[in-house]
Formats: sequence, C-alpha cells, structure tokens
Amino acid sequence: MIQGKGVSVFSGIAIGTAYLYNPNQQHFPDFCGDVQQEQKQFDNARETARQQLQELFEKTQREIGQEEAMILDVQMMMLDDLDYLEEVQSRIQQGCSAARAAFDVGNEFSDTFAAMDDEYMKARAVDVKDMSRRITTILCGGQSGFSMEQPGILVANDLSPSETVQLPKDKILAFVTKQGSTNSHTAILARIMNIPSLVQAEIDLTESIHGQQMIVDGFEGVYYLQPEPEILQKMQQKQAQASQHQQMLEQYRGKATITKKGQKMKLFANIGSPEDVKYVIQGDAEGVGLLRSEFLYLGRDSFPTEEDLFCAYRTVVGELGGRPLVIRTLDIGADKQVDYFGLEKEENPALGYRGIRICLTQEEIFRPQMRAIYRASAFGPVSVMFPMIISVEEVIKIKEFCAKIQQELSNEGIAFGDVELGIMIETPAAAIISRDLAKEVDFFSVGTNDLTQYTLAIDRQNAKLGKFYDPHHPAVLALLKMIVDNAHAEGIWAGICGELGADPTLTETFLAMGYDELSVSPGKVLELRKTICESEV
Amino acid sequence: MATITHIIQDPLGMHARPAGMLVKEASKYPQCTIHVSVEGGTPVDAKRIMGVMKLAAKQGMTLTVTVTGENEDTVALQLQDFLKENL
Repeated sequence: MIQGKGVSVFSGIAIGTAYLYNPNQQHFPDFCGDVQQEQKQFDNARETARQQLQELFEKTQREIGQEEAMILDVQMMMLDDLDYLEEVQSRIQQGCSAARAAFDVGNEFSDTFAAMDDEYMKARAVDVKDMSRRITTILCGGQSGFSMEQPGILVANDLSPSETVQLPKDKILAFVTKQGSTNSHTAILARIMNIPSLVQAEIDLTESIHGQQMIVDGFEGVYYLQPEPEILQKMQQKQAQASQHQQMLEQYRGKATITKKGQKMKLFANIGSPEDVKYVIQGDAEGVGLLRSEFLYLGRDSFPTEEDLFCAYRTVVGELGGRPLVIRTLDIGADKQVDYFGLEKEENPALGYRGIRICLTQEEIFRPQMRAIYRASAFGPVSVMFPMIISVEEVIKIKEFCAKIQQELSNEGIAFGDVELGIMIETPAAAIISRDLAKEVDFFSVGTNDLTQYTLAIDRQNAKLGKFYDPHHPAVLALLKMIVDNAHAEGIWAGICGELGADPTLTETFLAMGYDELSVSPGKVLELRKTICESEV
Repeated sequence: MATITHIIQDPLGMHARPAGMLVKEASKYPQCTIHVSVEGGTPVDAKRIMGVMKLAAKQGMTLTVTVTGENEDTVALQLQDFLKENL
C-alpha cells in the first residue's frame, strides 16, 4: 500500500481504478509481434495524416493566408522525409510498435531542432512534434489517445483548461494532481462535478500506478494506492456515512433559503458549460449565478460563432426551466491561454490583456457573445456580467455597445428579452469606486478569488504562496462590506460568486453584511441552505 | 559531379518555406544525387527537409550544392537559377 497527502478541494470519498493521464505519453504498446503489420499500420496512419494536413492546409490557405498555410505544407513534407521514415522503419524492425516508433523518433528530431541556436528553427521543433504526434494519435485510434474504459480516478501532473474539456467527465470519480492549487481549473471543475479531489498531491507519477486500486479521501486530504483491506473497509464506511449526510441534506431540497428571522438569500450555482446544468438541478440551486463562458472557447481551434454561443446559452436557459441565469462574458487571457486568440505571452498575465479588456479592444470577439446572450434572453431570464472592470468609463462603453446590439437585433427583427447588466467586482479599484459603478448597473457579483489575489498581491497560481493567502483577510472582508453597502445605497442587489461564498464559516458574516445572493458550486447548495435556515441572523 | 554556390539573400535565411521549396525543386531530379552544405559544413541530402532545415543557413552565408548523375551540369544550372530567384 502506498499512501500520500494532498490539498483537498472537495470533500468526499472516491474508490476506484487509477488512470494516469500524461499528455506526453499516450497509451500505446511499446512492442509489436509482427513487423510487417506494424509497418503497414504506420504507412496507413501516415496517409491519413497527410489527408488531415491537406484539409487543414486548404482551410488555412482560404481563411488565414499563404504564409501560415506554408507551415502545414512543410509538415506534409516532413511526413515524406526519408531521415524520419528510415529511422521509424528501423525502430519497427527492431520490434517497436508503430506508435512507439513514430512517437520516439518525432521527439528525437524535435529535440534536435529545439537545441538549435536560432529562434525560428527552435520553433520548428513544434512542427516536427506536431506532425509525429498526429501519426501517433491516429495509430492510437483516438483524439487524445486517452480513454477510460470504466469509472476511475484520474491522476495527472496538472491539467490545463483545454485538457479538462476533452476528458471523459462522466467516468471520473476523483482528480489527483501533483501540481495545481485550490483555485486551479481542475479544482473548479471538481467542485462543479461534486467529486473529491486533491491538488499538490505527493505522488510519484510512474506508469505502474495505472490500473491500481485507489482511494481518495477528500475529507482528510489523503490518497491510498493498493489499499490494505482494513483501510478499504474503513473508507467504505466513511463513504457510506458521507452519503447518509447527503441524504439528511435532502430534506432541504425545494425549501426556501431563509433565516429564522426571515432574511432571505438567493442560492445560485457556478457552472462552466451547458453539460453542467444537470449538477445545478441535482444540487437544487435556485439559478445560475455564474456561467463561465470561456469554457465554450477552450478545447477547440477556432473561435465559436455567434450561432455556437447562442445554441449553448439557449440550451442552458431551456434546461433551467425558468430559473435565472447570469452569463459572464469571456474571461480569457491570464491563466486560460487559448492558441487561436494569438495572445502574446505576458510577464504578468493576471494583470494583463484579459477579460473585458479584450472585449473592449476586439469588437469581433465581443459582438457574437452579446448577440448570442441577447438572443438567448428571448427564451428565459438571462442577465449578463462583465469581468475585470476597473472604471465607470468601461461600464459606459459597454452600455453603449449593448444598446447598439439591441438596435441591430431590432432592425433585423430578431427577438430578445430584458437583460440585466451587472459587473464583477474583482479588482480593488472597482470595490473602491463601487458607489459610482452602482449608479450605472443592475447588480454586482463579487469574484472573491481575484479580489483576494489583487488585494493581497498574491498570485493564486503559485502553490508556494498558499500559506500567505488568507481569504479571510480583514482587508478583503472590509471591501466586501463596502461593496454591498454601496450597492444597496443605489438600490441594486449584490452577490458573491467566488469560492468564499461557499465558506460555511463566513455565511453568518455575509448574512449580517446583507448580501442578497451567493453563487457556489452546485454540490454546496443544500449544505449552505441548511446553514442559512439554522442561522439566527 | 557539378558544383554551384549561392550566397543567401533572403533576410530570414533558409527557413521552412525556402527549405521546403528547395526540397521540392531537388526532388524533381530523381536521377541525380544532390547534396547541399553551408560554409564548408557537412553536406546533407537536398531532398530531405529535416536535414535542409537543420542547416540553419542564414543571410550572407554561402550554400554549396553538388549534383551527381545524369545531366548533372544542366540540373546544377537549373538549381542555381532556382536559388537566385527564391533565396
């Protein structure tokens, strides 16, 4: 039995098979029995790769330009390169599987380019790898080469947002990552999915883990591999207890969220994609307080169209069956890099070109979002909020833009409803001028993760700083009080959609401050309703 | 064996695009063995893109192309024209 610690991001017990996820190491056999068979498979995969590249080449030529397309042409030539082919062939003859040979030779060639004393040539390392990966992937018969045959526990070094998008989520019982923080995207996903998970886990990511029996204890922040029978039994008991507690919470399903003295609180859920609506219903949230639209932009290689966005939003509106929905416009940049945005690498992405700054600069990105949101509002209650606001001028520009979109839709005879306009309060600047901002908008939603990071000047991606990161810091709490007071002074409502909203030790504080809404992970709703219903405030 | 030389004019040097074009051009002559080297370095097969790219030849450097085989003199001259035009 191996046992180790990690930082828990969601409580609960998971018991299942461990699946090791390693983006650099697709799962394929190392050796093969029949040399001719493998060579034939390699040749077929190469032909498929050529067709894929040819299509990509034509698409790129049509949509982007000759210069860009040439890179794909070079990749096609690399497919025919005799140095590469001879090396692969010789590996196969030595007994390597086709996938292993393509993968290894691609990496070795790529390393040679990466080592060259020429920035442009270094960049070609990516092309070689890309070309070779394509063949490997085709040989693995899948998209990413990663699949889960049965439900299990996903173990990884770290998962990027675009990787998590492609995972078979219905099969994942828990996440265990070596890197990451309680605010990283795997953590956010785990909370939405309501599954126990560990980040910063002390675990050796050796191939041997793959397929072993594993237990994740999200209460204690511990995992076990190949557990001894006593441990397994103990954990099964604990799992049963947790499910009993969950059943006890069921009595709060459908109940009003109201304190003993009659103060009401709206309990909404945070979600990332249309698929997550099922967790909202399961968790009995009264609406969606934060739909992160960036997940619609991840895991793909071009911008979603207005129609893509509209379909996604309309699906959510429909499935929510009249419950309110707050959509946050794109908050990409910073920690969520997407290749096709062509964003430059930044020294300080958290302080960089992100959120509303992109939307206010690139209308072609903003317009389809706003049109899709307005169009979806014809089908049910929809509000929109804008991230990373720091000034009244930004809000005025946004309002002008929204008025323009409404005008356009009217002219085109397209239906839309009333859309409340709100803003995220997640910069100290917005908190401090919240009285002025409140005059311009319909509601505030406080993003406590960013507000805390900016107020305390602590990078939330940096695991080393965890011990300095105090979400209960008096400065943060003082800002929270100020924000809700200013909202109410101008007659608008204020909510909290950051992780802090789900912190049961602060529920009384938020009630006392007068917050109108808490938007939390779907799985936390019933627990929080219990706390509020039992509160004396 | 026929030999020609060319000084690279392209400010970007022998990058992916010209390397690809050179390989395509050289591949038009299956009857000839064509090697290319830069500034007296190790010659590489001009029909193999990875090798040609690895030359990392820059603007101002001298490329040496050797052609062996049928009509080697004509082929060498044609390659010379090609290089003048594209590199």
